[in-house]
Amino acid sequence: MSEEIEKQVVELEKQLKKLQKRQAKDQISIIAFSGDLDKMLAAMIIATGARAMDTEVKMFFTFWATAMLRDPKKSGKGKDFMSKMFGMMLPKGSSKLKLSKMNMCGMGTSMLKDLMKKKRVASIEEMLITAGELGVEINVCEMSMDLMGFKREEMIDYPNLKYVGVGSYLADADESRIQLFI
Amino acid sequence: MTTEEVSNLKVALVVDARGTACPGPLLAAKKAIGDIESDEIMEILSADEGTKHDIPRWCDKIGHEFLGFIDLDSYTRLFLKKA
Repeated sequence: MSEEIEKQVVELEKQLKKLQKRQAKDQISIIAFSGDLDKMLAAMIIATGARAMDTEVKMFFTFWATAMLRDPKKSGKGKDFMSKMFGMMLPKGSSKLKLSKMNMCGMGTSMLKDLMKKKRVASIEEMLITAGELGVEINVCEMSMDLMGFKREEMIDYPNLKYVGVGSYLADADESRIQLFI
Repeated sequence: MTTEEVSNLKVALVVDARGTACPGPLLAAKKAIGDIESDEIMEILSADEGTKHDIPRWCDKIGHEFLGFIDLDSYTRLFLKKA
């Protein structure tokens, strides 16, 4: 009888370990996709706020959002014609992002930036620095980089910036309690 | 705690976060909490309306004890005890 119980306990422990491994962590995973100023602001506020709440943050920058991680002071070498075109047409860094609504040829965007200053809302550049200090993990989609012709040497200096694929995002998302696509 | 009790608390550290909007005060609180000892009291000054709701939730999550707040004309004083 006791042997039977012992067996059951071992089996239960095994199952419990499996379940514990499957349990989501106190972690948020954010896909930054749009590259719109308003939406990226929201993403950065949530990311830094989450770190204040002691939540781990994994950001995955892909498609249009990749452009906001370019450093305007740097440039990539050895680009082909298409990459150069893309590079010229896409915003060079976070300060060049535009609003998704009411942009009005840039008037709306600069009005919002003035308002943010007046209301003491941190700029997206300041928020990126804060995010780095707080340990917000930023992963960049390698395929988007390649597609848009961005080179690693033209990206911002951000602590532990990593270039990954969708598998890494999925693995991060799989263990996160909160998921956002912005 | 009543407003009077709260205003008579012995505060170990005052964090003035009136110069920032959301999530500034929360970030300031998080940064400053490392500078005080367990059971000591921290006061946060915030001009951001949301902070009144955010700080208690933050305390709840981390385990600090939220003691209350005092609303003034242009800002709020919030009090908490470190876990």
